[in-house]
Amino acid sequence: MNQYPWWKNALIGLVVVLGLIYALPNLYGDNPAVDIQAAHGALVNRATVAKIRGLLAAARLPYKRINRTAKGVQVRFRRAGVQMRARDLIGQKLGPGFHTALALAPAAPSWLRALGARPMYLGLDLRGGVHFLLRVDMHAALHKALVEDLRGLRRALRHHHIRYREARLSKAGVVELRFRNAAQAHEARRLMAQQFTDLAVTSGPHHALRAVMTPAAMAARQHYALEQNLTALRRRVNELGVAAPVIQQEGRSRIIVELPGVEDIARAKEILGRTATLEIHMVDSKNSLASAVSSGAPPGTRIYYDRHGQPILLYDRVLYSGDDITNASASVDPQSGQPVVNITLNGRGAAINARVTRHNVGQRMAVVYVEVQSHLKRNDQGIPIRGPNGRRVRVTNKIERVITAPVIREALGGSFQISGIGSVRQARNLALLLRAGALAAPVSIIAERTVGPSLGAANITRGFYATLIGFLAIAVFMAVYYRAFGVLAAIALASNVVLLVAVLSVLQATLTLPGIAGIALTVGMAIDANVLIFERIREELRNKNSPQAAIATGFDKAMGTIVDSNMTTFIAGLALFWLGSGSVRGFAITLCLGILTSLFSAILVTRALVNAVYGRRRRLAHVGI
Amino acid sequence: MEFFRIKRDLPFMRYARTTVFASLVLFAVAVAALITRGLNLNVDFTGGTVIELQFKAATPPSAIRRLLITHHYRHARVENYGTASKVLIRLPTRATKGKALAVRVLRLVSAHYPGASLRSVEYVGPEVGSELADQGALALLFVALGITIYLTLRFEWRFAVGAIVATIHDVVIVLGIFALFHISFSLTVLAAVLAVLGYSVNDTVVVFDRIRENFRRMRTGTTSEVIDSAITRTLSRTVMTHLLTQMMVLSMLFLGGPVLFGFALAMTIGIVVGTYGSVLVASPIVMWLGLKREDLVARKAATERP
Repeated sequence: MNQYPWWKNALIGLVVVLGLIYALPNLYGDNPAVDIQAAHGALVNRATVAKIRGLLAAARLPYKRINRTAKGVQVRFRRAGVQMRARDLIGQKLGPGFHTALALAPAAPSWLRALGARPMYLGLDLRGGVHFLLRVDMHAALHKALVEDLRGLRRALRHHHIRYREARLSKAGVVELRFRNAAQAHEARRLMAQQFTDLAVTSGPHHALRAVMTPAAMAARQHYALEQNLTALRRRVNELGVAAPVIQQEGRSRIIVELPGVEDIARAKEILGRTATLEIHMVDSKNSLASAVSSGAPPGTRIYYDRHGQPILLYDRVLYSGDDITNASASVDPQSGQPVVNITLNGRGAAINARVTRHNVGQRMAVVYVEVQSHLKRNDQGIPIRGPNGRRVRVTNKIERVITAPVIREALGGSFQISGIGSVRQARNLALLLRAGALAAPVSIIAERTVGPSLGAANITRGFYATLIGFLAIAVFMAVYYRAFGVLAAIALASNVVLLVAVLSVLQATLTLPGIAGIALTVGMAIDANVLIFERIREELRNKNSPQAAIATGFDKAMGTIVDSNMTTFIAGLALFWLGSGSVRGFAITLCLGILTSLFSAILVTRALVNAVYGRRRRLAHVGI
Repeated sequence: MEFFRIKRDLPFMRYARTTVFASLVLFAVAVAALITRGLNLNVDFTGGTVIELQFKAATPPSAIRRLLITHHYRHARVENYGTASKVLIRLPTRATKGKALAVRVLRLVSAHYPGASLRSVEYVGPEVGSELADQGALALLFVALGITIYLTLRFEWRFAVGAIVATIHDVVIVLGIFALFHISFSLTVLAAVLAVLGYSVNDTVVVFDRIRENFRRMRTGTTSEVIDSAITRTLSRTVMTHLLTQMMVLSMLFLGGPVLFGFALAMTIGIVVGTYGSVLVASPIVMWLGLKREDLVARKAATERP
């Protein structure tokens, strides 16, 4: 007698039913959608919905559904092309105060969504979009940290009345200090040991001190730079309004950014790579600009240039910078018709701004745009130049441009307006970059992959049909070769695919082409388990065992083999998961989960089915195998 | 229906020298191909130039691809991007690259499609690829280590060695064939090679499991007879499993389109080589390493005693 207790059958049934429910959303897929939210002051109400409806109808853009959500309004479309056009239209015509973003809304019925069943997330190779691999310029991050340290060190030395002859940062990243006598050098060294624990100090000849960053501090700084950049990039991508973007760390100095459905690659790159910030300086009106240009700027000042190449003499000291900006938005000044950026400062920035402007009415204040760019050094043919260590040489150049240098007419507070920006588009980009925060270190794109949405869709259809036809061929062959048992195995195999898809959906794994390959492979492994079992049963039958006994022994004996062979493959999968990255990792996840589901389906589901068909019969003379 | 009703055990081990020699020759050819020709790594690994062109009207990518192929850009990949009038062309790294290459391509294309304009050019550096290769090698090493430990604990060290050798054999031959015929090697193909690895291990362990069982069951018989019996008895399963998996893979090969082609091809080769490797390479190695009944039976007795 081959029978499972009722609770075991019920449990297997329950698992399969749950699998079906959680795999189901994948059949519905996602709808491209546009989310409309009220930014500040504006309200989303029935009138807004009516207005959106009117806009879409006037432009003849077909939509599937408009509904109010917790945060605003969501419009669903059938095609991504319509979605893009609709976003542009709504963004332009709905008026200020509304924020639009592209989104993906699961198309599954609401009862499925209520159960938390969501479709698998499709990777870029299936959906289409851009993949960037960014490298964070750690050299620049460390340099920036050292500059800050040096500034702090100078301040601390002054504060403790330790006079120094020179304090500078060498190109190699060494802080070099020179003092007049041994006592001061000693005093400074003690101060540094107390307050500047990031620096490892050594004494040199002529009362000099040399300090480099300790390895621990370096690691901490790099970690900080990466974290900071991840945050800034996340904000920037949100500003771009991309649906379901991926921004993740890769290794110690790299960041992956995936933007599904993005078509304007140039703009995406521009926004991601920019390391722009603003610095506010005072304009030096005491010294003559002409003499500074001809014979060098006096100490404490520097010559800057504006958009038109006009020189202007500014004090070195930065009053406050982009870090103190809490909000920025672009608009057009109604009086002049010029694009402007409205800036709101945090408490620190506002306090400095108030103090400085109060004391300097009538003086000029300059807003400087600062951007650090990092790119490969190339020769005339455009081939990257390699340094002595074989690595390609990178050059960073700092662009500093005075946007505007207005005369302070009255004391200012926490918000002001910058004018003198070229175009509306430039104003928008500047506002976006200021809002999203500066990158802690410049990034460069070291790899970029783009998949057209048409190619992505073709990949899905083809992958799906190939798997389906392969599956059907297997089912037919199994039915012919193993007859009734083959049919049962085919059913179990189908449950394996359903379960695997369900688990991947619940985990919200990303389905990529290698992932589909992993699913196909587990189908193969699941069959292997069934074949092993069936061959064993046949062997037992050949040895003149009764059919019921043959079934029981067949399953038992095959068990050990199945576990061993699957365990070894599982270990291989785990190793790939640990060491791999990107698509190799995706493949490894699918493989490992697939092994678990195929063990369940090939052993338990098949057994339950075989039991249901043959298990009850007391005198079983013949089994169809 | 049954294909294999074999009454007597087939003497596989008698031909062990021949089968292993054949496989050594194949292995040597594969290694030679990998060294002399190398893998034809695609843009995923080598980097290359990505050119975005804007046309006046909708332009089918296939026409552009044909045009490029007839003008010595044999590995050009072309697709629409965004709209039907935007086209993205990818070219592998060669003497000219970046902007210079883009300008040449634009000149060629605009001669046939007036009004085409260059939208963007991107050169993808090769550093990512070399890192992927390093990572892959490290992953393979760890996979081998993990499998060795598991099989040594569950079976015997000789089985572990046999399985690792057979697995490396399979993977290297698949890579060798890709190198020999200069078939484009992409990230997806890499996934297939990893799948072959998993598959090959799985397969080898099934045969090993039977060998172990046979040693415990058969009181008489030399090691080679025991192995012969194990292979014969699992032959039906070996062939069936591979036939069925091959159906799935062939379906991908013929229906999956160009993107899955490389993957399916690697799997197709891998399944055939893997079957051969697990039966006719792994088992002889275990035999030659001097596996005896006592190695397994004594072990069992030891584990059964409390």
